[in-house]
Amino acid sequence: MGEPLMTGLAIAVHGLRKSYGDKVVLDGVDLTVPEGTIFSLLGPNGAGKTTVVKILSTLVTADAGDLRVGGHDLAADPQAVRAAIGVTGQFSAVDGLITGEENMLLMADLHHLSKREGRRVAAELLERFDLAEAAKRPASTYSGGMKRRLDIAMTLVGEPRIIFLDEPTTGLDPRSRHGMWQIIRELVSGGVTVFLTTQYLEEADELADRIAVLHDGGIAAEGTAEELKQIVPGGHVRLRFTDPAGYRSAASALDAASRDDESLVLQVPSDGSQRELRALLDRLDSAGVEADGLTVHTPDLDDVFFALTGGAAVPAQSKETVR
Amino acid sequence: MSTLALAVRDSSTMLRRNLLHARRYPSLTLNLLLTPVMLLLLFVYIFGDVMSAGLGGADRSAYIAYLVPGVLLMTIGSTTIGTAVSVSMDMTEGIIARFRTMAIHRGSVLVGHVVGSVLQSVASVVLVGAVGVAIGFRSTDATALEWLAAFGLLVLFSLALTWIAVGMGLVSPNAEAASNNALPLILLPLLSSAFVPVDGMPGWFQPVAEYQPFTPAIETLRGLLLGTEIGHNGWLAVAWCLGLAVLGYFWSAARFDRDPK
Repeated sequence: MGEPLMTGLAIAVHGLRKSYGDKVVLDGVDLTVPEGTIFSLLGPNGAGKTTVVKILSTLVTADAGDLRVGGHDLAADPQAVRAAIGVTGQFSAVDGLITGEENMLLMADLHHLSKREGRRVAAELLERFDLAEAAKRPASTYSGGMKRRLDIAMTLVGEPRIIFLDEPTTGLDPRSRHGMWQIIRELVSGGVTVFLTTQYLEEADELADRIAVLHDGGIAAEGTAEELKQIVPGGHVRLRFTDPAGYRSAASALDAASRDDESLVLQVPSDGSQRELRALLDRLDSAGVEADGLTVHTPDLDDVFFALTGGAAVPAQSKETVR
Repeated sequence: MSTLALAVRDSSTMLRRNLLHARRYPSLTLNLLLTPVMLLLLFVYIFGDVMSAGLGGADRSAYIAYLVPGVLLMTIGSTTIGTAVSVSMDMTEGIIARFRTMAIHRGSVLVGHVVGSVLQSVASVVLVGAVGVAIGFRSTDATALEWLAAFGLLVLFSLALTWIAVGMGLVSPNAEAASNNALPLILLPLLSSAFVPVDGMPGWFQPVAEYQPFTPAIETLRGLLLGTEIGHNGWLAVAWCLGLAVLGYFWSAARFDRDPK
């Protein structure tokens, strides 16, 4: 741990490959995570997000790749990597047979804290994660949200500089999810680097400094949420008509619009700004037509995600409305 | 911290965890004690007179003396089934994945299981031994040194079977498979000299019964506690124990070092 991190990168991955038998899961993944930031790895189920976490947290060995975590080479010095990281997996890594407090003290012992220090840290973290009251109960009796909080509290006993969170909010109710987000934000404000996998786009948008989309064994795109949203042309105004005559005159007035003659819907490319909207409405007015419905659609991570991962949910029109 | 100090510290932490499990959920350990205790009572009180006559003994007490050493070793076999089950259950828990990503001594998880299981075996042997004494088992003129050797043999035998059971637990996908895989540990004593002398078995089967791990250990324990002839059984027993312990250790370590699924 004494080795300085010359790169300023908490995680640097180049050419990561992993296959299980004939099945290639990761086929040359590259990614870098600067210290003190939240990096989110997005991807559909089965894309290999968990495999990336398992490899970077030394649980599973990679087939190939130049992998550095916390400045240490994963292949050469996994034990130094382990000393720098904390992992909270998709399924709670708590010992259900013993109490929450005993789980915490177990972690304190494994981090070689003194008895007194261990008790202090355990009590402090149990308090911070709202588990003090449940501390004497077996962890198997905890709710999903409580288990997840205990899981993170256990991870924090060793004060890791880099934390891997593999789908930390999967299966949690909305309140617990927001609680978890708050916890993650607090971690980063303390200078910790967070590597987060999630299947919730909203979560990545909410938390991450940088987002990478994992698809087909590689990184399909990487950037800030804003940068990613610019990749896909998703922004448009959707005009719905009930009167075919009105629909036709609107269509001829708005030549940039893509038409759906069946359902009498026009989609006009637009960034959704006030100025563009007014121009659009002016043109409709001068053509003397009135739409029965108007919705503004700004690009979100869903558009990016579906466009990059080839999901069927992308309406065909939005691909035609390239700006 | 030196590697050895790290190994000792982490292993004792893991041992505390396993003992805590055993204390919180004693039913598994106690259930496993039922088999040897039931067999002991069954053979003494139901079949005792016949068995005793078969040995040329005057009354039941002769058979009690013959039976108890075998049942004590059977107790160890039975307890280690619990080891296989708890290891396989433990490996499916997320906490083991957590341990693997921590900078702790790699083998401490297994060492914790082994030491915990040996301690449980010894406790079980003491309990079953107490039942034996209660129904009339007495050692004949065993010296302090012989008692010590008997105790050492029981510990060494526990250690050997436990490492094998840990390997069985590691290769088993779930608790049921583990308990099936570990079945030989309780069946082997039935095919040994625990209940009847090897001489009384069919000729073709005698070599199997005589040289399997349990018989030499049972004969050695009988020799130490009852003053019967030990002969080559002492060396055979120690060789079996060391062989099984080393085999079980390397098997378990290799399985544990593999990437988890």
